[in-house]
Amino acid sequence: MNPLWSVRELRGRVEAVRRETADAATLVIRPGWGWTGHLPGQYVRVGVEIGGVLHWRTYSLTSPAGRQAGHISITVKAIPGGRVSRHLVYRTTPGTLLRLGVAQGEFVLTDPVPPRLLFWTAGSGITPVMGMLRTLAARGAMPDVVLVHSAPTPQDVIFGAELRDLARRFATLRLYEHYTRAPGSRGRLSVARVPELCPDWRERAAWACGPAGMLDEVERHWAGAGIADRLRVERFRPAVAATDGGGGRVRFTKTGREVDADGATPLLILGENAGVAMPSGCRMGICFGCVAPLRYGQVRDLRTGQVHGEEGDLVQTCVSAAAGPVEIEL
Amino acid sequence: MPSNVTEHLTEADVEALGAELDRIREEVLANRGESDARYIRRVIAVQRGLEAGGRAMLLVSLLPPAWVTGTALLSVAKILENMEIGHNVLHGQWDWMRDPKIHSTTWEFDLVTPAAAWKRTHNEIHHTWTNVVGKDRDLGYTILRVSEDQPWHPLYLAQPLYNALLAPVFEWGIALYDLEFDAVVRGEKSTGEFLREVRGLLAKATRQVTKDYLLFPLLSGPSALPCLLGNLTANVTRNVWAHTIIFCGHFPEAAQTFTEEEIADETRGAWYLRQLLGSANIEGSRLFHIMTGNLSHQIEHHLFPDLPSNRYAEIAPRVRDLCAKYRLPYITGPLTRQYASMWKRLLRHALPTRPSEHATASKSANPWRRRTAA
Repeated sequence: MNPLWSVRELRGRVEAVRRETADAATLVIRPGWGWTGHLPGQYVRVGVEIGGVLHWRTYSLTSPAGRQAGHISITVKAIPGGRVSRHLVYRTTPGTLLRLGVAQGEFVLTDPVPPRLLFWTAGSGITPVMGMLRTLAARGAMPDVVLVHSAPTPQDVIFGAELRDLARRFATLRLYEHYTRAPGSRGRLSVARVPELCPDWRERAAWACGPAGMLDEVERHWAGAGIADRLRVERFRPAVAATDGGGGRVRFTKTGREVDADGATPLLILGENAGVAMPSGCRMGICFGCVAPLRYGQVRDLRTGQVHGEEGDLVQTCVSAAAGPVEIEL
Repeated sequence: MPSNVTEHLTEADVEALGAELDRIREEVLANRGESDARYIRRVIAVQRGLEAGGRAMLLVSLLPPAWVTGTALLSVAKILENMEIGHNVLHGQWDWMRDPKIHSTTWEFDLVTPAAAWKRTHNEIHHTWTNVVGKDRDLGYTILRVSEDQPWHPLYLAQPLYNALLAPVFEWGIALYDLEFDAVVRGEKSTGEFLREVRGLLAKATRQVTKDYLLFPLLSGPSALPCLLGNLTANVTRNVWAHTIIFCGHFPEAAQTFTEEEIADETRGAWYLRQLLGSANIEGSRLFHIMTGNLSHQIEHHLFPDLPSNRYAEIAPRVRDLCAKYRLPYITGPLTRQYASMWKRLLRHALPTRPSEHATASKSANPWRRRTAA
């Protein structure tokens, strides 16, 4: 049976893997039954099996929107030490089956498209914007677009050749590339250069995507001008919080309770003490009666000392302690 | 008799044994991966194939060969579904794959008892309190007397009879037992909760009964009656098999029982020791182990209920070596011997037996807290 015909879960088959830069690749995917399309700029949850374990990550859709059938694509940048991103970039071949979520996200091209746009991106922050640009290009009517993109070197610009080609084809698309590590570089691109690179930035609908530090600066800049409502920002939240493994703030997302955890107390006890109605059972890690979905962070298995966890994992709260900040859906 | 089997162990010995067992667990966790995932998916695929084949055959079961083949395939499919798949998935053995379809929170097995009720009585109560008289309700399933520590009652004279009657309807026995009516009588469980669980059971049981005794027979048209009888036979076969394997896993004569005093302040090492002494293995081929849901490795299952079942065979020799090292019994034997031993125990305890000398001595105090390291 064709696995793409599954009605129980949405899947996709990798049809091609295109290398974009030394550490980024585009996966062209044929989605199965249940794929309902996407808006330009949205992202999709992708489930990939590595060593028998299913891992979920979200990636921006880089293919143009509007084509219900056919292919979609995601573009993945390999993160040093990133198990899933490295697997997708370096070890995934055509024919691989992936699980898919439905497209989601608010970082989208508005309809109708504003007459003047500004994109401010860095690194893999170009990926959701690429979905928007391709959609506009496919319609053949490129509005007045300024794209400011920052990358270490020209070779590191994901979709570099295609972006430059688009800028040549459409007189209304102005591309400014900034290199942080090329010879003669002035280093990081400061948001203070917005007025210089795009004098009419206040009148434009703006989208920004890139590292958290850059986005903080951008948000402050737009807010300072009193036009925060003209800016949309997309943050790629890290899959896992930086942790020293010694406990942290635990948030129970459904009840909204929050407590500080010491890294040795089971989440079950913490929750009970905080007045959360915790499911429980054997209280020693046998019966799986106390599991709850992890929404953020990682936990330490108090039996083995092992730190583990990804968003969506069901963790045994009776034998798990917080390893850094944690959110549990209870 | 096995009552004094732990007397030579010091507290430090028990903790060292626990640490060695923890190491085995960690090693399996460390190399658990793709081949394990392939294993369970293959078993599920085979089971579905057998079930589809069996059901298809029974559609035309007016023909005797089709009836025999269909019933046999369906019986094997039901056994696999309950034991190697359902029981083990509900233990969380495959949760690490993060596959929502093969997960302890989503699996509903082909049995009249609802998975949630099963997880409470089996995973939580039985596996936590293994063989502790008064705590582990699986010890005799509240109707059988299997230990001197259970007070005798004349009703137990009939236990050989009702145990034999229980086997073919075992799934119904489990379903009723999971409702814990006795706990309501004792006032440990509210009537409201009991009624909620009765409703859950009725819903699940109705689904199962409708499927096997109404839907598929009706689909079979002229083969309706033979199809119904085939489904009934498959269910009975599965019930007798499950009863046999489960009873042979805990009730052979050498398997120990414990009192609540003995397990007061039990350490992790002592918990392991209790699992080891309270369980019994059954020897057999690889296929036999799969058909028992690897509960033929009951000892390994009780030590590590959440490790993937396909790994029990591989760690069994190491557990056995540990038993030899610590001079502990490793109760194992072929099915016939374990089965006979189980019956002998049931027959013996049907009569009013008194604790043996040994048992009295060993139960007088916590056997693994009495001695301390020199």
